[in-house]
Amino acid sequence: MSFKLNPKMFLNQKVLEKPEMELHRLGFGEGLLEAGKKNEAVVGLCCDLTGSTKMDLFAKEFPERFIEVGIAEQNMIGIAAGLALEGKIPFASSYAVFNPGRSWDQIRVSVCYSKTNVKIIGAHAGISVGKDGATHQGLEDIASIRALPSITILAPADYDENKKATLASAKFIGPIYLRFGREVVPKITTSQTPFAIGKAKIFVEGEDVTVVACGPLVFEAIKAAQALYPKIKVEVINSPTIKPLDCDTIVKSAKKTGAVVTAEEAQIIGGLGGAVAECLSENYPVPIHRVGIKDTFGETGGPDNLMKKYGLKSDNIITAVKEVILMKK
Amino acid sequence: MSDLDTLKLKKIAVDCRIDMLKALANAQSGHSAGPLGIIEFFVAMYFKILHHDPKNPLLPDRDRFILSAGHYCPAMYVAMAHSGYFPVQEFIKTLRQFETRFQGHPHNLALPGIETTSGPLGQGISQAVGMALAAKIDKKNHRVYCLTTDGESQEGQVWEALMWAGGKNLDNLTAYIDRNFIQIDGNTEDVLPLEPLADKYRAFNWHVIEVDGHNFQQITEATDEAKAVHRPTMIILHTIPGKDVKEIENDYTWHGRPPTHDELKKFLPELEKIKKSL
Ligand SMILES: Cc1ncc(C[n+]2csc(CCOP(=O)(O)OP(=O)(O)O)c2C)c(N)n1
Ligand SMILES: [Mg+2]
Repeated sequence: MSFKLNPKMFLNQKVLEKPEMELHRLGFGEGLLEAGKKNEAVVGLCCDLTGSTKMDLFAKEFPERFIEVGIAEQNMIGIAAGLALEGKIPFASSYAVFNPGRSWDQIRVSVCYSKTNVKIIGAHAGISVGKDGATHQGLEDIASIRALPSITILAPADYDENKKATLASAKFIGPIYLRFGREVVPKITTSQTPFAIGKAKIFVEGEDVTVVACGPLVFEAIKAAQALYPKIKVEVINSPTIKPLDCDTIVKSAKKTGAVVTAEEAQIIGGLGGAVAECLSENYPVPIHRVGIKDTFGETGGPDNLMKKYGLKSDNIITAVKEVILMKK
Repeated sequence: MSDLDTLKLKKIAVDCRIDMLKALANAQSGHSAGPLGIIEFFVAMYFKILHHDPKNPLLPDRDRFILSAGHYCPAMYVAMAHSGYFPVQEFIKTLRQFETRFQGHPHNLALPGIETTSGPLGQGISQAVGMALAAKIDKKNHRVYCLTTDGESQEGQVWEALMWAGGKNLDNLTAYIDRNFIQIDGNTEDVLPLEPLADKYRAFNWHVIEVDGHNFQQITEATDEAKAVHRPTMIILHTIPGKDVKEIENDYTWHGRPPTHDELKKFLPELEKIKKSL
C-alpha cells in the first residue's frame, strides 16, 4: 500500500508531490471580508498594518466598519472590547508580537475576564517573519494567551483553514485569539476539509507514533510521515485549536501509537507542545518529543534558513519520531 | 559651524544615502523612506554632537544615544559605520542577511555601540528616561539623546515617558522627533492626527525647538540650546521622507520597502549628481 492522506479529510493530494502555495495571511483577509458580508455586526480594527495583516480587503469593502486605530495596540483592544459590549463583533489585528504582545493586560481583563466577544488577530506569527528579526517574531503568543481563562486559541495550518477559522470565529460567541504566519505555505486543506473550533483532525492515519502539529508545521509533519513510510507509520493530527485542546482525539491516538511528537512554529514551553504534554501526562502518559522553538529568541534571516536553524523542518520531526519511538516501553 | 564643516557633513550624508540604499537593495528587505529622511540627523549625531569613541564603544562618560523607532536602524548603522564603529562594506553586504550582526532591528548584544534593542515602537523613549535618570542618580555629566518618530508617537508609552521626564525636569535628556508626516497606512494626519504636536510637548513641560531636519547648523544649534534648559527638550525635525531620491520623497508606500536592484541603478546617479554639485 502506498502512503496516503486520510480520505475523509478531503485534503489537497498535490501536497505530496508538488504543493500549491498560498499566502497564509490571505486566508484571514478573505475570511474577514466574507464574514463582513454575512454579518453587519462584524467590524475590523487595525494598528497601522492594514495591508500586511490583509485587513485591507475588508477595509476597502466596508470603510464605515473599519477602524484605523493608529499605532496603539493597547487602545485597540480596549476600543474593541467597548464595541463588543455594544453588540459588535470586532476583529482587532496587528502582528502577534504586539497583539497580544503589548495588549496582554487589556486582553486579560477587558476581553477574557469580561468575556467580551473580541477576536484578537496575531498576524506575522512565528520565526518565518524572517528579516525583521527577533523583535518581530511572535513566538510566545500562544504561551502567554494559553494562561488566560475563557479564551479560545486557533492556529490554522494553511490559507484555506485560516479562512475557515476566521469565518468560524465570527460565528463563535466569545474571545478568540487567531494566529497565523506571513509567508506562503503549502495548500494542505481544501474547501471541503472539515473544520470545527475545538476539534483536532487526523490528516494521516498511522499506528507507530503520533505527530500533533499546528500552523505551517502541519505540512512538515505530513512530509515527515511520507518520508518515514512504510518503515514507520506516523499518524498526523492537525490541531488548529490549541485551547481548548482536543485532548480526547490526542489521547485516543496515543493509546494506539504509544508515543507522541508535537510540532509548532512557537515556543514549546506553554505552546502546543506544552498543552499536549499536559493533556497526556494527566490522562495517558507516553513518551513525548516536542519540535518547536526551544526557549530561545530568533534572529534576522530568510525564512527557510531560520526554519532550518531553529529545527522546524520535516527532518527535525523525523529525528524526533525516531527518538521517541526508542523511548516506548 | 564653519562652511567647511557643513560641506564635510553634507558629503558624508550623500555617501551614507548611497551606501544605505545599496545595503537595502542587497537585503531586499527593510525601510527606505524614513531612514533616507533622517540621514542628516545621524550624521550630525555621530560626527558632531555625540561625545563618543567608535573604538571604545563602552567609554564610561560617553553620551548615550537611543534609537526608539528601531526600523530607522539602517540610517544609524550607516552613519556609525562611516564614523568607524564597523566596516561599511560589512554593513552593505550583510544588512538583514542570515547570521549578520546587522539585525533587521537593532540589538544591543549584536553590535558594538548599540545602547539598547528596539523595534516594538515606544519602548526606547522610556529606556532613555531610565538612562538619563541613572546619570542623575550617579551625578554623571553625559547627556542622553533619543530619536523617536511621529508614527511612534501614537503609542501610549511615548506619552507616559514624556510625562515622567517633563514632570521630573529631566534636563539631561534631549529627544528628537522625525516629523516626516508618514507612517505605514498613510499620512499621519489621515491615520491619526498628531497636531498640534509642539503644544502637546509643551503641555508635558518639555522645551520645544523646531528645526529643518536636513540643516546641520540648525540641528546642532538646537542641541546646544537644549543643554542650557532646565527641562527635557524635544527637537522637532521637519524632514522629507525619502530625501534626495525623488521617486521616494514624501511617498508613504516607501515606508517599508527596499529598492529593487533596477531601482537602485536609477537612484544612485541622482545621489552621485548631488555629491558632485557639493
Ligand atoms: C508596537 C509596534 N506596533 C507596530 C509596529 C509596526 N510598525 C513598524 S514601523 C510603523 C510605522 C511607524 O511610523 P513612523 O515611524 O512615523 O514611520 P515612517 O516615518 O518610517 O514611515 C509600524 C506601525 C511596531 N514596530 N511596533
Ligand atoms: Mg513618520
